[in-house]
Parts: sequence; structure tokens; C-alpha cells
Amino acid sequence: MDVMPKWADVVLIPLISLILAAILSTLVIIGIGEDPVAAVRMMVSGALGSTYGWGYTLYYATNFMFTGLAVSVAFHARLFNIGGEGQAMLGGLGVALACLYIPWPHWTLALVFAALAAALFGAAWAAIPAWLQARRGSHIVITTIMFNFIAAAFLNYVLVNLMRPQGSMDPATARFPEAVHLPTLHELLAPFGIAFSKAAPANVSLLVAVAACVLVWLLIWRTRLGYEIRAYGHSETGALYAGISPVRITMIAMLISGGLAGCMAINNVMGEAERLVLNATEGAGFIGIAVALMGRSHPFGVFLAAILFGFLYQGGAELALWTTIPRELIVVIQALVILFTGALDNMVRMPLERLFLALGRNRRGTAPAAPLPARTHPPSVMPKDGREEP
Amino acid sequence: MTAGGDTGRRDGAVPAIELRGISKAFGPVQANRDISIRVMPGTIHGIIGENGAGKSTLMSILYGFYRADKGEIFISGRKTDIPDSQAAIAAGIGMVFQHFKLVENFTVLENIVLGAEDGRLLKPSLAKARATLLDLAAEYGLNVDPDALIQDIGVGKQQRVEILKALYRQADILILDEPTGVLTPAEADQLFRILHRLREEGKTIILITHKLREIMDTTDTVSVMRRGEMTATVRTSETSPEQLAELMVGRKVLLRVEKAPAAPGKPVLEIENLRVIDEKGVERVKGIDLTVRAGEILGIAGVAGNGQSELLEVLGGMRAGTGTVRLNGAPLALSGAGSDGQARRARHIAHVPEDRQREGLIMEFHAWENVAFGYHRDPAYRRGLLMDNHALRRDTEAKIAKFDVRPADCWLSAKNFSGGNQQKIVVAREIERNPDLLLVGQPTRGVDIGAIEFIHKQIVALRDQGKAILLVSVELEEIFSLADRIAVMFDGHVMGERLPGETDETELGLLMAGVSGEAA
Repeated sequence: MDVMPKWADVVLIPLISLILAAILSTLVIIGIGEDPVAAVRMMVSGALGSTYGWGYTLYYATNFMFTGLAVSVAFHARLFNIGGEGQAMLGGLGVALACLYIPWPHWTLALVFAALAAALFGAAWAAIPAWLQARRGSHIVITTIMFNFIAAAFLNYVLVNLMRPQGSMDPATARFPEAVHLPTLHELLAPFGIAFSKAAPANVSLLVAVAACVLVWLLIWRTRLGYEIRAYGHSETGALYAGISPVRITMIAMLISGGLAGCMAINNVMGEAERLVLNATEGAGFIGIAVALMGRSHPFGVFLAAILFGFLYQGGAELALWTTIPRELIVVIQALVILFTGALDNMVRMPLERLFLALGRNRRGTAPAAPLPARTHPPSVMPKDGREEP
Repeated sequence: MTAGGDTGRRDGAVPAIELRGISKAFGPVQANRDISIRVMPGTIHGIIGENGAGKSTLMSILYGFYRADKGEIFISGRKTDIPDSQAAIAAGIGMVFQHFKLVENFTVLENIVLGAEDGRLLKPSLAKARATLLDLAAEYGLNVDPDALIQDIGVGKQQRVEILKALYRQADILILDEPTGVLTPAEADQLFRILHRLREEGKTIILITHKLREIMDTTDTVSVMRRGEMTATVRTSETSPEQLAELMVGRKVLLRVEKAPAAPGKPVLEIENLRVIDEKGVERVKGIDLTVRAGEILGIAGVAGNGQSELLEVLGGMRAGTGTVRLNGAPLALSGAGSDGQARRARHIAHVPEDRQREGLIMEFHAWENVAFGYHRDPAYRRGLLMDNHALRRDTEAKIAKFDVRPADCWLSAKNFSGGNQQKIVVAREIERNPDLLLVGQPTRGVDIGAIEFIHKQIVALRDQGKAILLVSVELEEIFSLADRIAVMFDGHVMGERLPGETDETELGLLMAGVSGEAA
């Protein structure tokens, strides 16, 4: 009995927002004197026109799925985890340690334990801000942002001073042994007779990311823990009434969130670079926020949004390579998408709701004795203690 | 039924407000259907109806928040178009909302001037406003300190500021939406004295409420709304609460629940020297002793904010306290581990909290998710690692049927149910656990009359099964109707205990005001 069917909320609104963002982006491209049609064609062909393009699009999408899920899980507890970037960096350290110092007999075993190490390191990095929030009331947005900088500096130190191979000028670890090499899509699809670009970095982590989407969906909507996380996210006083401990939920939600962000490292560190380099995350932690916003914190939405941002990323790289359109423009487009899907949500939602109401009136004809579909919020308190409106 | 047949005190005069054939639909919901009403100048006109009957929609149309799909508005005989609230103010209509629209950290004077400043400079308009304000305050007996900050004055005073705001904008017609919802009985009495004064000065007042007593005590004429329609307009002096209730609900209503005398058994809840200090360090409960026996309802009366809420919250596991509390003879942890809501539920304590929207329900959750709220760890709702959502929905459907929750749709979000049906969901969830002790806070706040009757019956039925019930309510009527024993709280103390048959509202009113029992 909500105003709109769920598919409209999950699919239609982001789609319309996206179209609006695209229109505005077109204007920007015209403004800098380029041909928008040619630009779009180049983005599409560069990102989706070949298995090479797809390989990169899916590689980026894998990163964004992990970080998007990370932000989503925290969002459900109304915690704004901006620290995905730092947690993913630490996850990279976990992967590097697991891959370099343990002789794995086979990549499958290595993948399982590297993922565990990545999740553990990411979760540990999220645990400190979570604890500060739960126990001391330190605003989690501030602390997680600061922890991104600390993580960057810490990794810098570790790579330069501790893990750099002797004689190397490059602030990076040694190459991981051949045994932990993850199969790329090329290697995975070859037995089925499907030709996939050899050079593209998409790898088996994509399947792990998709599995993570399913697991997060199960966690949030089918388990008691997920129920408690959502209840706490909607109403802190309600949680207290039901005997759901705010401290416990804050800690658990952030640990899961940090773990998911950390898991990104199995894709970029283990799957692609096969060593840990400086700034391996390349901002994927922040893109995760946009992905979660656009995906409405729903794993399926995150999955779609991650692929979209993967496309924007790869298409943008192609644009920057072959035209005079600077890569920064892609950032502009991404920002527009975030603006329309996140900040200007009601601009699209309200006319659409009115439309659905009108449609519903025509279809149903007579008025059932139903209460008003009020969109007014209960007299809620201001978001405090780092708990934000998702 | 004849809306045109009413007359105010000044027969033959032009009505201050006349609505003709107002209709308004929100999607499939017809909120107002062909409503006509005439309000004579210098009268207090009540509009009564259950939650969702369309009272607020009608007033929002009059105040320019909504536009009617059909119908006309006449102000003092002139056809008036009210597209927005500016037009309403220009037409001399002032509105006092249920939730005040004041800036907390502004002074009274600044709030009154806000939006009605003349000229670009604040200072001269403030000076002018101060003079006007003092005149108004003197004329209508609305005393407030113009320089006090809103956050420092009580709700009763804040409401006066809202009234002054309307008068400052030269309102001749005042609409008050559920004005006593946040007031203590004494503040409400003061408000009604002010309203009578305003009427004497020739102002027209529309009072929207669902409380029958306020209508009977204050209004000259009353209109009853039901399901978007105006079912009757009558002179207050020619009607009775029973008749109004019947008009509101559409059937006969028991205003007082029928119950057999209590047969109290052994003590279930024993409280000794309970103290609660809140997060600001203020002691809210100052060492109270109470006992609730099996098969009885102990009613806690008192003006809101005298420690009753904290008492319920400690017992419900929502905050920490000190002292000794025993349930069925075994001690109950009051702080630390084992004192949260889950531990309380494990001890068979059920809790209908005071604020269903912020505590008792998750407004965004479906009805079936809310039916597990607090009991979501119950093995009956579990299947392996996951929650057994099918079992939950079956359970919800049974409860919806038994408690007549409408609409009977377990997929509806809690926020889309009316207040009464929301409360029925909470009460169904808690009572159906068959608890040893039921804590109930304000069970019928903002609940329509039909649902009040139903909820009261359920509480009495639980008592008759030999369960102990602790009821906190600020409505004396409710206390008298339900309680087998009454304890009055004032400033964190229990002022005294009375039996409902051996006391009256006057005596309880004195206890609630802190006058000790022996003196009363």
C-alpha cells in the first residue's frame, strides 16, 4: 500500500535521475566544444564494445560492489561509513601478507584465506571508529575520514620501509608467487569455448563479489541480525525498547562494513596487480558511497550501480585517452549522478508519486477505506552521533 | 444532518466561515466528501471525529495548505479563494498547530514578529511589535514575557505564543488543532479560559479535537466527522457525549469499560526504594515502593514528567536504576548485564511503551516485521540461520484478525496504519505473549474512540486471566476506567494510593499537584 510499487522505487527513480544527469553531462560536453554523440559512442564502445572493455568495466564493477555493499550495510544501521577507502587499503595489506608469507598450494585456498585476511584487516580498521562512535559518541563520519588518511600514511610507511624488496626503488611489495595467481575471466571462460580478452583484469573475484551481494541480501533481509541492524537504523529508541544493544549493532555493522570494504583487495591487489602498490584503491572506497546511494542500499541495486560506475570509469578512461575531454569530466558526470540520485531524490520522486497516485486512482476507481499514504516523517530528532539518514 | 440548520449566539448574522460542498481526495482516498459547514462569529465551534476522519484535511484546506477539488469558501459572507497560507492570514484566519512552529532559540517577541516584519530593519518593527503585543496580552489575558526564549518556557506558554502570533496577524478566526494534546490538565483549563475570553471579544474559534469532554465543556456548536463526511452539526447544549461518540464511530460505544471486581492474588511485581537518575544527572524517580498483584491493574496517575515514564522504562529494560525490584519473588537486574529489553521479555514482562511511533514500532517496517519486534529472537520465528518469515506472517495474520486491525494487510508499513490500528498491533503483540506482567504506558494516546474501547477490553481480559498490569496514563478518565488501585506520582515520589471507588478527580488532582494526601 505504499504509494509506488517497489520496482519504481528501486529501478525507475535511479533511471530517471540517471537520464537527467546524462542530459546535464551532454550540456557540459557541448560547453567544452566536444561532440556529445561521439563521446557517448566512444564511451560505450570503449567500455562495452569489446571483451577487453567489458573486462575492465567488470573489474572496476567488482571493486565497487565490495565498497558499495560496505557502505550499504553501515547505512542500514544509519551509520555513514566514509572510511571504505582506508579499510580497502588495509584489506590490501592483509592480502599481501597472506599471499607473500604463506606458501599456498593452490589459488582456491589462497583466495579463501586472503579474503579472510582482507576482511579481518578491513574490519579491524573499521573497528576503531566504530568503538569510538559506540562508546564515546565520536562522529563516525569524521573519524572514518581521518582513518582514511591514517591508512594512507601507514601503508606508505609499511611499503617504503618494511615490505619493499631490497634494491627496489618502487614503493611496492614483491610480486606474489605464481601459486596465488587468480584466474582471469579469460582463463575461466576458455574451457567453455568463450573467447575473452587476455589483457583485461576482470577475474574470479567478480564471482566472489556477486556472492557477497547475495549474502548481504540474506543478512539484511533474512536474518535476525539484519533485522536488528535495520531496526536500529530506523529508530534508536525503538531498538532500546526491543532490547537491541546500540553498541553491539554499531560494532557489528561497522565490522561487516569494514570487512566488505577490505575484501575489495582480493580483486585489485590479488587479482590485478598481484602485489601491493601505493594507492592501490584508486578512490574505489569513495565511489562505493555513490554506488550505495544509487543502489538504495539494496544489494541488487548496488550490483547494478556498480556495473554502471564500472562503465563510467572505463568509458571515461577511453574518453580521456582518445579525445580532448579530460578525465575530470568523468568525475563531473559521476558527481552529477550522485547529485541527482542522492541529493535531489525528491525532485524525481514526488512527481513520480503523484503520477502513480493518479494511475492508481483511475485503475481502482472506488476509494478503499485506507489511511492517507502520508510521507511525513515522525517528529524525528536531528541525526546525531554520526547516525545519518540513509 | 442539516449543516445549514445551526445557529450561533447571534442569530441571523452572517457566518464568519461558511464552507459549501468541499471535497478533497488523495489518490484513492476521499479525505473530505461534500462538506458544508457554517460557523457563526463569536462562537466556539468544535469539530470532532476519529483519527483519519478528515478533520485536519478540512482545516488544511481552510488554511490554504491544500486546495479543495470542489467546493467554495465564504469568509464573512464573501466568497474567498485561499490558495496558500498567506491568503488565509489575509482573510483573518489564524492556525495553532498541534506541533508548535516556533524557533526554539528565539525570544517570544522575535517568534511573533517572524514572517510579519515590516520594513527591512528589525529594530523598529520589534519595538512596534512589543507595544502591540503588550496590548494584545492585556486585552486577552495572555501573559507571556516577550523577552523569554521559547526553549525556556513551558508548552502551555508556547501555545499562548502561537495564539498571540495569530492575533498579531489580526486573525478574527482561530483554528486550534488538538490543542490539549501536550498540555497538563491545569494548562488545558487555562487555555479554555483564554478561549472563552477570546470569544467574548468577538473572535471565532474552531476547536479540533477527539476528546469528547473538551467539546462538551467549551464549545457552543459541534460538527461530527466520520470517514470524510460531516455526519451532523448540533448545538452542544442539546447533545450528550454518548450521542457524539455514536455519531463519530457509527455505532454505540461504551465510554467506560465494564469489568468485574478484581481478585488480586500473590504479589507479582514488588518495587522497593527504586531510584532513577536520567542522562542529565537529574533524579527522576526518588525512591518509590509499589506492589502489583496477580489479577489486578495498578494505575499510576500523574501529570506527564513526574517520573512515570522513567518508572516504566526501568521496568521495561530501557534505562538503568537502583533499588530492589522482584518479579515473582526473584530479583530483577536494574543495570548492566541482564537488564535490557531482551532479558525482561525472557522474564515474561511485556511492555506497551508510551510512544508507539518512536519505541513500540519501527514505522518503516511491515506489519509482520513489527509483530516480531522485541521477540525477533524467539525460536518460533527461526528456521536454521534465518528468520522464518512465513511463520511470522502467519502469526501476524492471526493477530490482525483477532485484534481487528484495519486494513488487514500484513504487508502494510506501520506508518500507513492509523494511530489506533498501530496501537492495536503493539497491544496484540504484547498481550498475545501471555506475560506475567504487562507494562502499559498511555495505551490510548492519539487513539480513536472505537479502538480505545477495544484496547481497554483487552487489558481487562488479561487481568481476568490473573496477570499483573502496571498502567501509566495521564488521562484520569482512563485511570478511573481501568485501574483497580491508583497510585499518584508527583516529582518522582508516590504521593499516595487510593481505591477508585473511594476517591474522586478532585482528590487525585490535588495529589497530582503535590498536595499530600492527608491534607486533601
